[in-house]
Amino acid sequence: MLMSLAGIIFGIGFFIVTQAQTSGFEQFFIRTILGTNGAIRIEDKFQDTIFAMAAAGHNADASKFEVAADRSARKYIEGVEDPERITDALHKFRNVSGVSTVVEGSVIADSSFKNDSAKVYGINLADHLAVSDLAAQIVRGAGSLEDFRSSPQGLLIGRVLADRLQLGPGDSVLLQAGTEQRRYRVSALYETGVSDIDRVRIFMHLGEARSLLKKTSGASFIQVALFDRDRAPMDALQMESVLRHGAKSWQEREKSWLEAFRALQISAAITVSTIILISGLGMFNTLAMIVIEKTKEIAILRSMGYTRSDIARIFIWLGAIVLFFGTIGGWALGAGVTYGVSMVKLPIRGIFRTDTFQVYWSIWHYVVATISAAVVVMTAAIIPARRAARLEPGDIIRGTSQ
Amino acid sequence: MATNTNSIVLRCENLHRYLGEGEGRVHVLRGVSFEARRGQVTAIVGPSGCGKSTLLYLLGLLDQPNDGSIWISEQLMSNSSDLDRTAARCEHIGFVFQFHFLMQEFSALDNVMMPMRKLGRLDEGQMADRARMLLGEVGLGDKTHRLATQLSGGEQQRVAVARALANQPSIILADEPTGNLDVKNSALVFDLLTKLAKENGQAVVLVTHNPDIAERCDETKPMRDGEFVRK
Repeated sequence: MLMSLAGIIFGIGFFIVTQAQTSGFEQFFIRTILGTNGAIRIEDKFQDTIFAMAAAGHNADASKFEVAADRSARKYIEGVEDPERITDALHKFRNVSGVSTVVEGSVIADSSFKNDSAKVYGINLADHLAVSDLAAQIVRGAGSLEDFRSSPQGLLIGRVLADRLQLGPGDSVLLQAGTEQRRYRVSALYETGVSDIDRVRIFMHLGEARSLLKKTSGASFIQVALFDRDRAPMDALQMESVLRHGAKSWQEREKSWLEAFRALQISAAITVSTIILISGLGMFNTLAMIVIEKTKEIAILRSMGYTRSDIARIFIWLGAIVLFFGTIGGWALGAGVTYGVSMVKLPIRGIFRTDTFQVYWSIWHYVVATISAAVVVMTAAIIPARRAARLEPGDIIRGTSQ
Repeated sequence: MATNTNSIVLRCENLHRYLGEGEGRVHVLRGVSFEARRGQVTAIVGPSGCGKSTLLYLLGLLDQPNDGSIWISEQLMSNSSDLDRTAARCEHIGFVFQFHFLMQEFSALDNVMMPMRKLGRLDEGQMADRARMLLGEVGLGDKTHRLATQLSGGEQQRVAVARALANQPSIILADEPTGNLDVKNSALVFDLLTKLAKENGQAVVLVTHNPDIAERCDETKPMRDGEFVRK
């Protein structure tokens, strides 16, 4: 029985730890993508084609055109034609906490050492800080946002790109877009931890980007931050309907990564649940053996007037006691190991930037672990309990007496 | 000997019991009728396999007859539900078996308190007091807190007697209560059982192979081939 108890403790404990880890990395990934690309991105205006209108279930009356239910039936016009109007409309959504207009374009960045392709993101700094974690992503000791704010020619360059071009704060870099060439100064380096961003993205002031990229009006996209990130898919649908622009929530954009994390979480839960299951089988065996060993005592209790339910209750209590102490022990083990794991140094760069193991504390990990253990333990207890309750005292005592 | 029908606490009529299945099926009891009265000690004697213990277990509601009726305190119990029979055992019947069947993990006091806990008429303190009193009467007042394993065979059987008397049942059924004891302890346990039962007006029905014990009972009922026979 002690082995079964130990198994339940380890099963619950490891369940909690693995869920805390996988959820921890998932949550950190979500925070990273929200801090870089925002909760919703508005880009590309719907084109009012007859086909799109038909797909939406409307006649050719364009004034009644809403949104094509089938996205594949839509046609788009690249970019946001009137960002000011869209921004004003977005601010009317209750869940929207920030809006940033971005003008994007490809450039060749040329340092005195070498050149590399990059993407310029023209932003209004104040707006963009409200929809991203850019302030926190500035690498310590590698320039400052204040320098960028006060310098019209200032740039914020991703750390990977800066390393390739061997650039540091204060260095100048030549950006070439088409036939236009201009020299800028590096104000600061940032690092999101997402390698796809850090090796190509250069932030500059919106006006300067319009001038360099020759995009005097419009925007490439509008980045939106939300108060409640989980409502992003619903808000995106509503925005598409109202604004007649494509709107992608972070859940849609990062679907494949999120599914990978979910699969990892389920896989870890299944793997660790086998410990609980094996402990349950162990407990079932132990209780079944107790029923066999204690048939005489069961018969005596029945002869004294203890009912079948009383007998079954003894074994169910045994299971409940194992479950209770297993749960308490498992929670303590899970919480302790989760805390210990969160202290482990583990530098990761690529899809996010972290120097320690990421864990996520959620009461639901403890609840789900307990429910799993309760199902296994109580099933393991109920079967022998029913068997014990079915024993006929007369048969047993007669057998013992002979 | 009292003959008043009010003193009859246990009665059975025309009991039949078969054991086994198919070709191995044996007609163990063949229409047995029996009465037990308060304050009377009845011995059922007979050779092994004659049906003594089977009858005792039927009378104790541990088993059910294939035919016939059993009344306990004028209440028909033979066809009652398992729950009713269990409740009747708790309230009206005390068992003493050949082997003491004490719970080895518990003290003598706890073993005696077990039937009382189920009956639930007394609080914890009253149960402990009554258990101590009963253990004192069987001569184990100084060993109440000993585990069953720390008692001798005779002492364990005396604890079993105290346990059988715990709920003040009207019927004590004893299946070879001295069968596993030496002569001295046999006499001691039998004397205790009969003395306490008579003092409390309980009917004692015991199955024994021991002619000395049978001789000392108020009534002896010989059995052969599943029937009572004349002495």
